[in-house]
Amino acid sequence: MTTLLIIPLLVPLLLPFALPGLARRCLERLAPVAALWALTLTVLVLAGASVAALGALLLTGLLKLPVLAGLGDLVHPLRTPSNLIVLPLAAAATGLLTVGAATLVRSALRQLRAFRTARSQADRGPAAGDLCVIESPHPDAYALPGRPHRIVVTTAMLRSLRPEEREVLFAHERAHNAGNHHRFLVAAEIAAHCHPGLRPVRDSIALAAERAADEAAATAVGDRRLTARAIARAALATTAARSTRPDFAAAATTGPVPQRVAALLTAPGRRPRAATWIALLLVACATVSASAAATGVLAFHHEVEIAQGEETG
Amino acid sequence: MTSAKDERRPAGELEASVMAALWAAGAPLTPGRVQTELGSGLARTTVTTILSRLHEKGIVGRERQGRGFAYFPVQDPHGLTARRMHTELDRDEDRETALARFVAQLSPDDERLLRDLLESGEPLESGEQ
Repeated sequence: MTTLLIIPLLVPLLLPFALPGLARRCLERLAPVAALWALTLTVLVLAGASVAALGALLLTGLLKLPVLAGLGDLVHPLRTPSNLIVLPLAAAATGLLTVGAATLVRSALRQLRAFRTARSQADRGPAAGDLCVIESPHPDAYALPGRPHRIVVTTAMLRSLRPEEREVLFAHERAHNAGNHHRFLVAAEIAAHCHPGLRPVRDSIALAAERAADEAAATAVGDRRLTARAIARAALATTAARSTRPDFAAAATTGPVPQRVAALLTAPGRRPRAATWIALLLVACATVSASAAATGVLAFHHEVEIAQGEETG
Repeated sequence: MTSAKDERRPAGELEASVMAALWAAGAPLTPGRVQTELGSGLARTTVTTILSRLHEKGIVGRERQGRGFAYFPVQDPHGLTARRMHTELDRDEDRETALARFVAQLSPDDERLLRDLLESGEPLESGEQ
């Protein structure tokens, strides 16, 4: 066994660091809904490949320990590159996986609790259509996924917007619910905990979801400028008094607001050629990552079988 | 917005808009006022129908005003609980989430930029359109 085992496992660990830059360009060039799908699928593949690679590195390190090699029925020592390379890599992989799992569980518990609170609060009161109003001095609004979908808006938010701006807000939140954007946000959140390089992409995916909802709202009210103004006003009202919501309940005022407002104020002109290139790059990224991880894991499996005396190298 | 477009919207959406207008007003509104408040192409009879439906559901209360009724939102019996839960939600918040979401993104520059946009957008409402 040579470095052949290690190199394919390192590729999926390095590629995620290239994604944030690509994600930003993807947001600029692709239509928001296309960007949302492309980024989420890519991030999921990269996260999966990264976890598989880390797992293989971790197991390689474990099987170097005589006790575990015995438990694993290894009759020959596992053929790997020098221990000086393998053991630190295995230790780092263990660390990354442990930290990732811990932060994921922590975040999942926290968000689930916040979601349950928001949900039971919304279910408690009667709703006018899909609207749930909460009396609160904090301007806040979010889409609450579940059955049935709800839009939760505080009285302070309703009062800081004009009637036609409220329609923008409702259309925006309805677009989040209709597009099941919370699923994309959850996927991005999980991926962010799988590999530190994927963390900034979570923000890009959140922004893509907001942009998609903005465009849907602009179409619904038939006025991009009005949509931009409603978002700006809601954001300004919210900064005055911060509030909270579960991270995967998409809010009307999250995301880099000026970017969204600026995007609405410019006519939606696309560059199809650039968009195709970005999409191809994302596909290439995902393919290379997934096949490298698969190659690495298969090579590792093969080595283990040789060490178990089941196959000959 | 044309009248036809508004009349075609799903009943749930219209209810939401009317309810939002009542909450935003903070004082009882007659169907006529709701219609003006919404500034959309809804017929007054439609507004009246929606208000009666909301009243039947017990979401809005009404009081006599002149020859008709004025409507106001009813805080449900669980309103206090809801308010408390919202406060819970506020406290439960991971500070870093909120900071990343709003403050970091709305820097003083961002805020100025947005305010400029709001100001430049103002004439659009009466003029251009």
